[in-house]
Amino acid sequence: MSDARILEVDGLTLRFGGLTALDDVSFDIKEGEILGLIGPNGAGKTTCFNAITGVYKPTSGEIRFQGESLAGKKRFEITKAGIARTFQNIRLFPTMTALENVLIGADAQHTTGIFSALFRLPKHRREEADGHQKAMELLGFMGLAKKADELAANLSYGDQRRLEIARAMATQPKLICLDEPAAGFNPQEKRVLMDLIRKVRDQGFTVLLIEHDMRLVMGVTDRIVVLEFGKKIAEGTPAEIRDNPAVIAAYLGVEDEDAS
Amino acid sequence: MSQIKFRLSEMPKPLKITVWVLLALLAYALPLLEPPFITTPGVDFGGVLFVVTMYCLVALGLNIVVGYAGLLDLGYVGFYAIGAYTAAILTSFHANWPLLMAIPVAVLATTISGVLLGAPTLRVRGDYLAIVTLGFGEIIRLVAVNTEWLGERKGISNIARPPSLGGEEGLFEIPHLFWGNGTVLIDTQDTTKFLVFGVLDQIPYYWMGLTVVIVMLFADYLVKDSRVGRAWEATREDEDAAELMGVPTFRFKLLAFATGAFIGGLAGALYASRQNFINPDSFLLLFSILFLAAVVVGGQGNRWGVMVGAILVAYLPQRFREFDDFRVLVFGVALVALAILRPEGLFPPRRTVRAKQLEHEFEELEEGTEGEEEARV
Amino acid sequence: MNFEFFFNNLPGLTLSGLAFGAIYALIALGYTMVYGVLQLINFAHSEVFMYGTFAMLWAVMALGGADAHGMKLIAILFASLIAAMAMSALIALFLERVAYRPLIKRNAPRLIALISAIGASFVLAELMGLRDRVAAWVGLDDDLADYVGKARINNSIAGVVDAPRWDVAGVSVSSIDVLVIGSAIAMMVIVDQFVRRSKLGKGIRATAQDPETASMMGVNPTRTIQMTFLIGGLMAGVAAFLYMLKIETTKFDVGFLLGVKAFTAAVLGGIGNLRGALLGGLVLGVAEIWGSALLGTEWRHVVAFVLLVVILLFRPTGLLGESLGKARA
Repeated sequence: MSDARILEVDGLTLRFGGLTALDDVSFDIKEGEILGLIGPNGAGKTTCFNAITGVYKPTSGEIRFQGESLAGKKRFEITKAGIARTFQNIRLFPTMTALENVLIGADAQHTTGIFSALFRLPKHRREEADGHQKAMELLGFMGLAKKADELAANLSYGDQRRLEIARAMATQPKLICLDEPAAGFNPQEKRVLMDLIRKVRDQGFTVLLIEHDMRLVMGVTDRIVVLEFGKKIAEGTPAEIRDNPAVIAAYLGVEDEDAS
Repeated sequence: MSQIKFRLSEMPKPLKITVWVLLALLAYALPLLEPPFITTPGVDFGGVLFVVTMYCLVALGLNIVVGYAGLLDLGYVGFYAIGAYTAAILTSFHANWPLLMAIPVAVLATTISGVLLGAPTLRVRGDYLAIVTLGFGEIIRLVAVNTEWLGERKGISNIARPPSLGGEEGLFEIPHLFWGNGTVLIDTQDTTKFLVFGVLDQIPYYWMGLTVVIVMLFADYLVKDSRVGRAWEATREDEDAAELMGVPTFRFKLLAFATGAFIGGLAGALYASRQNFINPDSFLLLFSILFLAAVVVGGQGNRWGVMVGAILVAYLPQRFREFDDFRVLVFGVALVALAILRPEGLFPPRRTVRAKQLEHEFEELEEGTEGEEEARV
Repeated sequence: MNFEFFFNNLPGLTLSGLAFGAIYALIALGYTMVYGVLQLINFAHSEVFMYGTFAMLWAVMALGGADAHGMKLIAILFASLIAAMAMSALIALFLERVAYRPLIKRNAPRLIALISAIGASFVLAELMGLRDRVAAWVGLDDDLADYVGKARINNSIAGVVDAPRWDVAGVSVSSIDVLVIGSAIAMMVIVDQFVRRSKLGKGIRATAQDPETASMMGVNPTRTIQMTFLIGGLMAGVAAFLYMLKIETTKFDVGFLLGVKAFTAAVLGGIGNLRGALLGGLVLGVAEIWGSALLGTEWRHVVAFVLLVVILLFRPTGLLGESLGKARA
């Protein structure tokens, strides 16, 4: 884990009409680390994700990725630049197969257009072979190789979550944002997921993780940022966060449920 | 139908190719064979087949826009009109170009108009997009009605025909079959001159149209099975998620629109060359609706399905002439019935079939549990 | 550009434009309410209007309008108004039941509902255009000859109503135009008040804002939707009556053009916004007539289509903003 900062969130403020969803939030993500973003419901975690991936435009403040500001970039440009994500409520392409879903991710870095496709030019052949190979590797990595030809809608819940991660990884990101990847998992599945996240990081990716399950967050992250009501209230290692009174206060009464 | 397709794809490649070639040959030979129940009494069969190929072409083009990319276009006839009018102007009204030079220009003009129309329009929400495209289609027609340079209501005649091979008598003559008195005869009096694009014999036009359709089917397959086809599907399924996965959705929507325009313009130009005469009434809104009906009834997203739809829409009213007056009524009913009972169309693409099976299984599961609970109580 | 003609006749043109606009506004009400509640473009609403025009025509024919004068004529016209409203309302309810309800219940994608709407629109128009064949099929074509004849061409009641023209400050004003504008505004006010104050009206607004919560609060969604179609239908019937007074002719395909213009008016004013429908209609009517005076009458319809396209591209929320859900009805 180097000290280079892959993402800098600088004074990010996001207002919708009268509601301030994010209020002057600042934090950095170091290259190669697993950063957890936690907070009670409504704290602004997914909003933060949305700002980073270009879904929302900041009202003020800046987000810099590898030193370059993301302002004005279109969403697909941000993905192509190296930020990928999964979704809180799974958003796979339901009538496309698992393989096709991952291929879409791989296509993010391709440039085959209608002419290359129509005339089967070398670029098309090369990118298709490349995409298929990467996709099958990722499906294998996620344990989905046998289900490559299943419709995404047909997969089990756990498989769908894993497929989303595979699809995100296929875009060849430098930073992967996982939005509650463990939602709906039982303890055993969560343990497997933790392993998976570590393996993802070991492959060279940086991970930004939103999660409600405290044990998972404490177990897998290197550092944690805590939001409450749109403001950052704490930042530090899991040990520091666990004993932080402000964090405990924010979660009071909620922690027991999530610890299971 | 889907079962037949599966068996076809399991055959070894040489066999598959042979089957397709034979089917293609059969298609070309169809008007020469004059099969009894299929030919259209009172209307030139070759001419009907030509119109069918034009509808097939249009259906393929609209299928890319509606079926692949998921954009509801109610003004497709506009592209058809631009292609036809460009060909007409260049070969008859304001210049004397040969058809083969006019067609590329017509297609280019239509494609450019597709891009110009798409650029501002494709940012707009689904049903609004439908209405905007409808508006554009009507604007194009009304401009033709009101502009002297485009022939106004009188239209443009003397549009160039495709060039013939072998002068007026052609290279050789192909006799038709004659079915009667319980036997099949080769009628050497009833022949088609190869390859003469004349006034009476419509069959060469059909062959031209059929060839273009076959080429377009290939092209459709090549493009669909690539990054482009996947991007269209993803955009249709979930545009926001697609964009976040790196798909430049707006560009691909524009590409779908432009490709649809290209094909529509080509069909329009070919149609104009056969008709020899066009006027604004050939491009009423009602045709946009019939085109849409072909795609929706046939099975949007499935290139074979929409061709079946096109055949139904173009052929049935000619085969059953009494039906012709009721054509719009019947297809209107078909649209409503299909929207309510089978929105995916008669021959939906495989993915939809699988997804529906899934839904069905879920429903059965749910009903099964309810039944058990009731039984227990 | 015919500036001289335009400026010389400005008041008369404007009045005529307002009259047409008033008719568009009444039809627009149907589009805007259904869209506000269901997010559905009721493409077939144009036929709801068209059937109303025929009901008015047939009522006038059946009751001997051609030979009537004075009070008798007024009574016949009143009866034809009721006929138009009843017919339009019936068609609207029929549409809802047959073409939309199965899809609404299933939460079908909006594009599917739009396809059903388009199909329904064409079916209804063609049925009217083929009524002679339909009548022949059931053997009634002789008895109903007057009503089913001339199925695909203009049917007219010209000359039945000889409305006075008044001279207001040197401008010749048709009393019909005044009646049309006045009635439309009156109807708008009535519907507006109904939607704001009555229980049903509040139910409509609630369903437009949040159908689930509304139904949990005891608002019957099916009834509410029916109500919405009914009100739209009744207003289209009034529009049909006024249209026949002013234009005196109808035809099976008259719905399409009027429907597109009314929809344009609805979007122009802000879809879902009742007052917007009135404003949009009047603006469109005037723009259309002014445009045709300046550019030539053949461009009249193009003005409407261009306006439609421009609004949808550049200001889809319209002049007053979308809002059936919000209190500002």
